[in-house]
Amino acid sequence: MGHAVDAHRLHFAFTVTFHYIFPQLTMGLALLLVYLKTKALRTGDEHYNRAARFWAKIFGINFAMGVVTGIPMEFQFGTNWAEFSKSAGGVIGQTLAMEGVFSFFLESSFLGLFLFGEKKLGRIGHWISAFLVWLGSWLSGYFIVATDAWMQHPVAYRVGANGQIELASFWGLLLNKWAIWQYAHTILGAAQTGCFVMAAVGAFYLLTHRDEAYGRTFVKGGVLVGIVAAVLQLFPTGDMQGKLIATHQPVTLAAMEGLFESRDGAPLAILGQPDVEHRKLDNPLEIPRMLSFLTYQRWKANIKGLNDFPEDLWPDRIEMVYYSYHIMVGLGTIFIAVMALAALQLWRGKLFESRWMLWLLMLSVPLPYIANTAGWITAEVGRQPWLIYGLMRTAHGSSPRVSAGNVWFTLLGFMGMYSVLAILWLFLTWREIELGPEHTGHLPEPAPNAVDDREPKLGAEVRNRS
Amino acid sequence: MGTLWFCLVALMIAIYVLLDGFDLGAGAIHLFVAKTDEERRQVLASIGPVWDGNEVWLLAAGGTLYFAFPALYASAFSGFYLPLMIVLWLLILRGTSIEFRNHIHSPVWDPLWDFLFCSSSSLLCVFFGAALGNVVRGVPLDASGYFFEPLWTNFQLGDELGILDWYSILVGVLALAALAVHGALWVTLKTTGTVRDRSRRLASQCSWVVLLLTLVVTFLTFRVQPSIAGQFRKASWGAIFPLLAIAGLLGVRWAIARADELKSFFASALYLAGMLLSVVFGLFPMVLPARNPAYSLTVENSQAASYGLKIGAIWWILGIILATGYFAYVYKSFAGKVIVGKHSDE
Repeated sequence: MGHAVDAHRLHFAFTVTFHYIFPQLTMGLALLLVYLKTKALRTGDEHYNRAARFWAKIFGINFAMGVVTGIPMEFQFGTNWAEFSKSAGGVIGQTLAMEGVFSFFLESSFLGLFLFGEKKLGRIGHWISAFLVWLGSWLSGYFIVATDAWMQHPVAYRVGANGQIELASFWGLLLNKWAIWQYAHTILGAAQTGCFVMAAVGAFYLLTHRDEAYGRTFVKGGVLVGIVAAVLQLFPTGDMQGKLIATHQPVTLAAMEGLFESRDGAPLAILGQPDVEHRKLDNPLEIPRMLSFLTYQRWKANIKGLNDFPEDLWPDRIEMVYYSYHIMVGLGTIFIAVMALAALQLWRGKLFESRWMLWLLMLSVPLPYIANTAGWITAEVGRQPWLIYGLMRTAHGSSPRVSAGNVWFTLLGFMGMYSVLAILWLFLTWREIELGPEHTGHLPEPAPNAVDDREPKLGAEVRNRS
Repeated sequence: MGTLWFCLVALMIAIYVLLDGFDLGAGAIHLFVAKTDEERRQVLASIGPVWDGNEVWLLAAGGTLYFAFPALYASAFSGFYLPLMIVLWLLILRGTSIEFRNHIHSPVWDPLWDFLFCSSSSLLCVFFGAALGNVVRGVPLDASGYFFEPLWTNFQLGDELGILDWYSILVGVLALAALAVHGALWVTLKTTGTVRDRSRRLASQCSWVVLLLTLVVTFLTFRVQPSIAGQFRKASWGAIFPLLAIAGLLGVRWAIARADELKSFFASALYLAGMLLSVVFGLFPMVLPARNPAYSLTVENSQAASYGLKIGAIWWILGIILATGYFAYVYKSFAGKVIVGKHSDE
């Protein structure tokens, strides 16, 4: 049984990690598309419309990737985690079904209109469709985070006569305080991915002296939105998330910080390697008393270390929790520094000529992806050994009849398929960047297009291009 | 409350089949009705702006099934583990081939994407049909409420059941034929010229196959799952569903003969809805019959607690009204025949 559970965990971990590459960008870009369309509406400048069309294409590629890799996520609740679904489906099924009914329909319908219907909708209509795509994608994020938040911090439930976990309060589930802070933290992370990607593409154009007008727009938009998101990421959302963990999952906090012994005035470890076997942190580089202060605003406050908890309540991969948490926080700090520098240069009017700054922005592009992934690993591995915190252990949640062999078969299948998808995705995205906004921005979608026959102009244009 | 959700989930699955059915069907006939690049882009353009929205109904139906009948979701999804994973792979392959062909026009790669699009669509039709066949036939559930079926054993309906046996394969072939007709009628409706003519001819030929297979499968179904006949005897008003299916199928023949593109498409939708609802009605109150009837999952023993179902009914109705509005608007916006350029764009 333990054997199969590990395979199930790896299956979910692999597919969800790959999946989240895409939504973090589309949620971030959706916000930036609204930014560009608002600029276009207010200034009447076609430049911003072209910029929006360029990003809409990249959005479209990533959205499609997000959809095809997202369907397996919903299925896996039933296929791989049947015991969990059977017990808790009445609760978390609510938020998952609401995501389908309220966000997916909204998002997919208006994305179709946004991509294919610009002429028909007119300026205001097209802005509204961008706005609704943003709304749909951010709502979708909320329902998913609310689902996860319930697993982190179950509320609004009761255990029924047959042992099933029942929903006790709809609003309690939706307005779980954990969900609200985790969502704010998650969505800001996604916004940062969008900002860094947009700024990096802009920096690339400026550094290579092509499409420079667009390059300036992208760098400016990415930096202006990015600095706000980077700061809010740390405070208040990251801070609040940390305090919730300290209160409700103290053992997870100890694992994240690599704190093996309880102590008053606990230090904050910046670097160091946890040696779980000997219960110590090697080569620690620490700020004295900082952890106590950050957690309780008192320099001498007591922080519980792992030694205060029975070992069967420890996260089963402490090193992973420790490193992913430190990578997330370290990168988050770097983002504030990079964005603040860029914003300063922008304010001084020197950003677009500052080649080292543009290089820095361009090379930073993988970092928010890493930070977001590390954040999720901290949350999910940190929750172990629980599937639903304090209610159901992960070992008891998987499908009883699905053998490890069958799980490995499909896991390997997904690995092969996703490798191909990753290559296609990089190729398509790179190709759009290489073609550039001048190429894609002028004309309506060249993709196969269903056109109203009352409006033959668009078809004629497509024909003329050949 | 459970019965209401049974109806609502059945409705969502029916909507999914009617909507994604036509774009799956269009995929299945893709290579047969469209030979040149321009023709193939016509077929793709006919489903271009709507196929992923249609697929969302699968997700929404899955989510609704999950929260309304968690025990069913857990049992059926883990029991059908392998075929569902294969369905996922096919959906990924299909989505990728459509997207990729749209973004890059290349005489080298296009035939590959066309082949993948056509074969994955066809296999999806067969697998969905086989899944329905499994549900009708019953699965080897035991007292734990779980089962696991390998993909195939000896293709017989004996003790060692597999997903694929002669009955479920036959239902799969019927599904492929029926969705091919549905898809061909959609393509007929949305295109002009050679593609339209070929599609209409294909729909007409395939509809005879559907007629024949419908009779055969219906006859066999009564033998494979005796409780269906009992249900129709008990509540004879249910005969309206098979009658709708028959009317739909005759309507398809009648409308094709009169070259009425819109009516023939809607008649095909009526046939599909009638067939599905007949099955659903015939199985009620079972949601997943077991080979040993004592272990069948029913509305009663698989539904979620009533508070959740009640609150769900409120937001679900609100959400579906909104979704119907979006869909109506999108379909209206993209109404009419598709026009594609003579050559690829690049």
